[in-house]
Amino acid sequence: MPSFDPHLPISNAPGIEGSRIHAYRVSDFGPFEQSVAFRLEDAIDLSTSTVFNSAKASGQAVSFDPLHIATFDKSTTSFNINPPAAQVESQRLPLEKNQQLNLVSISSGNTENWGESNMADASPRTDISTDADTDDKNLGFDRGLSIVVAASDSSDRSKDKLDQKTLRRLAQNREAARKSRLRKKAYVQQLESSRLKLTQLEQELQRARQQGIFISSSGDQAHSMSGNGAMAFDVEYARWLEEQNRQINELRSAVNSHASDAELHIIIDGIMAHYDEIFRLKSNAAKADVFHLLSGMWKTPAERCFLWLGGFRSSELLKLLVNQLEPLTEQQLVGIGNLQQSSQQAEDALSQGMEALQQSLAETLSSGSLGSSSSSGNVANYMGQMAMAMGKLGTLEGFIRQADNLRQQTLQQMHRILTTRQSGRALLAIHDYFSRLRALSSLWLARPRE
Amino acid sequence: MDRVRDLASTRAAVIFTKSSCCMCHSIKTLFYELGASPAIHELDRDASGREMEWALRGLGCNPSVPAVFIGGKYVGSAKDVLSLHLDGSLKQMLIDAKAIWF
Repeated sequence: MPSFDPHLPISNAPGIEGSRIHAYRVSDFGPFEQSVAFRLEDAIDLSTSTVFNSAKASGQAVSFDPLHIATFDKSTTSFNINPPAAQVESQRLPLEKNQQLNLVSISSGNTENWGESNMADASPRTDISTDADTDDKNLGFDRGLSIVVAASDSSDRSKDKLDQKTLRRLAQNREAARKSRLRKKAYVQQLESSRLKLTQLEQELQRARQQGIFISSSGDQAHSMSGNGAMAFDVEYARWLEEQNRQINELRSAVNSHASDAELHIIIDGIMAHYDEIFRLKSNAAKADVFHLLSGMWKTPAERCFLWLGGFRSSELLKLLVNQLEPLTEQQLVGIGNLQQSSQQAEDALSQGMEALQQSLAETLSSGSLGSSSSSGNVANYMGQMAMAMGKLGTLEGFIRQADNLRQQTLQQMHRILTTRQSGRALLAIHDYFSRLRALSSLWLARPRE
Repeated sequence: MDRVRDLASTRAAVIFTKSSCCMCHSIKTLFYELGASPAIHELDRDASGREMEWALRGLGCNPSVPAVFIGGKYVGSAKDVLSLHLDGSLKQMLIDAKAIWF
């Protein structure tokens, strides 16, 4: 937008061809003088921002239109301007009552809702001709709003100057201003009701979230996809834990009430099937967001301490169980011992594979021209490196899958080695162990801090 | 397929891998831990690597590597090997094929 020197005639105002606007000769404005110097930049700012919010001091709203000048001081050239292609914004500015102003504003180049190129008078007395004599008195206009007043110090103005065209145009201006005001009102009302609705929706969302309903939180697709995977899994895991608690309680009361092997068998089968379920859920989650699983953020802090490849270490679990499972037969002891050793070896093998992956990834990202050679070579190298690194990251899912497989197989193998009753006690012991870890986490999180 | 079979029968334990595959590294580690010395064939370093990979997939190996053969017989991929190891079968297979002695 051009910035104008208010003292110079404007010769390049849009929409005006060949005519010059002597709009800003402050010297023409008699009593107005500096106090009403119209800074065009202000007008431009005004025209592009939602001035109407601030322009509410008085009840009088004035919409004025760029490039429209009704009359001029007789020392200035008077002319008519038709605002054609010039897109304008009518602005509303508060003015004191009884002020009669002819306003000039500058086109911002954009018409928004207010968009008609018209000008309205400031005061209820919309007929300029009647105000000619009172103009001088009414110009205590100094509210910090700089509005150009075009030549209204017209004690010289007489009815002769007003011709039909002017009258008609003024009427049109008034009409346009009125319409503009109505549109603005409608718009503001719309905004208000939308805002209300938004607040209501937000509250509903908050409530629903608290109830544990999973709701996608962002509109950004890529972002919400990964958010979906992690959040969805967390919700599923919470549900899984609840169900497991219920089943374990059932098992506990069955064991304590010395239920039959057949009864226990049924309950235990249910628990084993339930374990299968979490591994299935984890498998899906690994596809969606492997890093979420690896991070262990879906577990409590104390559990995270023992995190290995996105879950617990089977070998450690077996070590804990052996003491609690006595008496075991010789064969069972050997079996459990072998199982413990095998799972340990398998865990070590997978750990080594992970280390190799880390090393390989680090090598991929640090190799190649770090600063040397041509820039196009660099780009090609970089992209190649990234492609390779992407491939390597993709293998993480495979590792998590094998680790979960290990956990699942260990549980099943243990179940095979033990009798029904022993299996029942083992499952209770496992659950109690993790429960205590979770309780520890809660205590830790709630601990008093200095 | 012939090439796969040929290579698989040259030693008691044979593993087909790719140089970039880290899961292959895990399975190799396991075999070394058990005392076996498997023959390693890297498909990406072999001229007929692509056909061999295709043949392995045909055997049902998914992903195609690592593919483990013991005593000339196809055993499976990483998941199968780890499962067999947990229930003790892997060790027994290796002993039977004379890849290890105990």
